[in-house]
Amino acid sequence: MMTLNGIPLSYFLILSTIMFFVGIYGFLTRRNLITILMSVELILNSVNINFVAFNKFLHPDKFEGQFFALIVIAVAAAEAAVAIAIIINIYRHFTTINVEDVDEMKY
Amino acid sequence: MEQNQIMFAILGAVIVLFSILTVTSRRILRAAVFLLFVLVATAGIYFWLNYQFLAAVQLTVYAGGIVVLIIFSILLTSNISEKFEKVELRKIAFSALAALAGIILCIATILQTDFLLREVTPAEIDMKAIGRSLLNYGENGYALPFEVISVLLLAAMIAAIVIAKKSKTREL
Repeated sequence: MMTLNGIPLSYFLILSTIMFFVGIYGFLTRRNLITILMSVELILNSVNINFVAFNKFLHPDKFEGQFFALIVIAVAAAEAAVAIAIIINIYRHFTTINVEDVDEMKY
Repeated sequence: MEQNQIMFAILGAVIVLFSILTVTSRRILRAAVFLLFVLVATAGIYFWLNYQFLAAVQLTVYAGGIVVLIIFSILLTSNISEKFEKVELRKIAFSALAALAGIILCIATILQTDFLLREVTPAEIDMKAIGRSLLNYGENGYALPFEVISVLLLAAMIAAIVIAKKSKTREL
């Protein structure tokens, strides 16, 4: 089994798996919209680790994984900006961002 | 153990510990700071893999940009001295069960898979090569995703301004 500085590929994958499912756990248990957004950021970040590790171990002569990670970072930034605009708008109408109190779409 | 392995172990431990604290902390501002630690440790992983450019992007965009945005919105919408109420035990149990089942399934699959590792000479990853392939549309060129992402960022910026703008006609 090939290792990089003594660390095999599977360690990176296990690390990102744990991070991904911790994000899923947060997504399921949290009630506040901002903390749900933070869980989504954790999930996106764990996917990035996967892309980069595959790039380094399987195709070190190419850039694919690195550019995928860059694009995911850009999408995450755009998503955070739009989500926070929506959250602030919700706060103006309902004066709360708890998902259980925000139960009507019409305003 | 070598220095590199110790470094990886520290980064991995920081990531696991602080991501768990991010989703369980009952104070929202602390959760945001724990998220910052996770993102910085991820940048450390990229440095460990010798991807300096990506680590710099991670630090500036994620740790610098998104976390500041999240902290601003926390300060605008939440009372930071207030704690969240406790989550029901039933909800915790079922969510943890789902997450644990997923972790076990994925790790079992990862450990069984034989990845086709190839011995090739690694490419030079300096800023010049990255810049060239970002603007190149031939082989190893990424001009199309680069353009798409710039249009997406413009659209997201306009959308954020339009959504968050105060509407003058519909004052309640």
